[in-house]
Amino acid sequence: MGRIFKKSIIFISMLSFLLTSCIETIPPEALIFNKDTLANRQLQTRKFETKTEKELLSAAAGVLQDLGFSLDESAPAVGVIVGSKNRDATDSGQVVTAIALAVLFGSNMAIDKHQKIRASLITRPSETGKGHLLRVTFQRIVWNTHGAISKVEPINEALIYQEFFDKLSKSVFLEAQKI
Amino acid sequence: MKNILNFKKSILVISILLLTACETTSSRLLDSSVGKSAVELRSIQGRAFDTKDQNKTLRTIIATLQDLSFVIDKADMELGTVSATKLDSSNQGFGNTGYMLRMTVSARPVGNRTLIRANAQFNITPVVEPKPYQDFFVALEKAMFLTAHQVE
Repeated sequence: MGRIFKKSIIFISMLSFLLTSCIETIPPEALIFNKDTLANRQLQTRKFETKTEKELLSAAAGVLQDLGFSLDESAPAVGVIVGSKNRDATDSGQVVTAIALAVLFGSNMAIDKHQKIRASLITRPSETGKGHLLRVTFQRIVWNTHGAISKVEPINEALIYQEFFDKLSKSVFLEAQKI
Repeated sequence: MKNILNFKKSILVISILLLTACETTSSRLLDSSVGKSAVELRSIQGRAFDTKDQNKTLRTIIATLQDLSFVIDKADMELGTVSATKLDSSNQGFGNTGYMLRMTVSARPVGNRTLIRANAQFNITPVVEPKPYQDFFVALEKAMFLTAHQVE
């Protein structure tokens, strides 16, 4: 009986060791510049010939509102505006797969349901002393039909940034014309 | 004999319960299980830069965080703090949804220098290893065009 007791102690110790060794750690590349750093910087940054930084920030806040974002944070002294919005995340491909699996195996596959999209807009005076630079970055968190987070990711699609800056150019113009 | 066995079993169950109970709110709130003193943490997470320009320093911190794929959450010029979150999906796969890295960086002037302190949490775990902070300050040094001095 003493042996059973010892065995259970060893088993529990091993289990505890395994559980503690499962603690996740930060990936080694997390805080290092990588091959995409420069490309992303170029994709996400544009220069605007605005007289003041406030003018650009105000135009940028207007674009975020045009896109349905709520403003969460603003710190004009360091050129920061942060916004977010909650939207549907249903993917038709996932829905088809889920229906097929439900029909064939009766399984209840979780599919993406809604998402929170976050944007941060950062402005700074240009190094040349003329105009201002604006860098925008987007990311999203997706929840599935089981209420669990299914994806967390940065958004780096060129088309999205291009369209955003097109809208911002118009907004800067409108702002300059006081419209 | 049976009584002794039951007694041992009870002791075992109670000790497991006690052990798991110990690892709750108090130790997690105070991060007492990370095994690093406040002095050690400050040395790992802090660096001094030879500048007095707090605004420029904060803007450079923000730019560096953006280069490292963070999205800014909050910034406060008065307190000299910036918080940002990085969401990464590079290891996304079956059962892995990617990771969330949250970082707060503060900059405060001390004499002719600015003291920068960073702290990070990876998903739900505090980051206390020196390497990630070394990487961050190397990135910041490049952006600041200044050398980061170890804080004593």
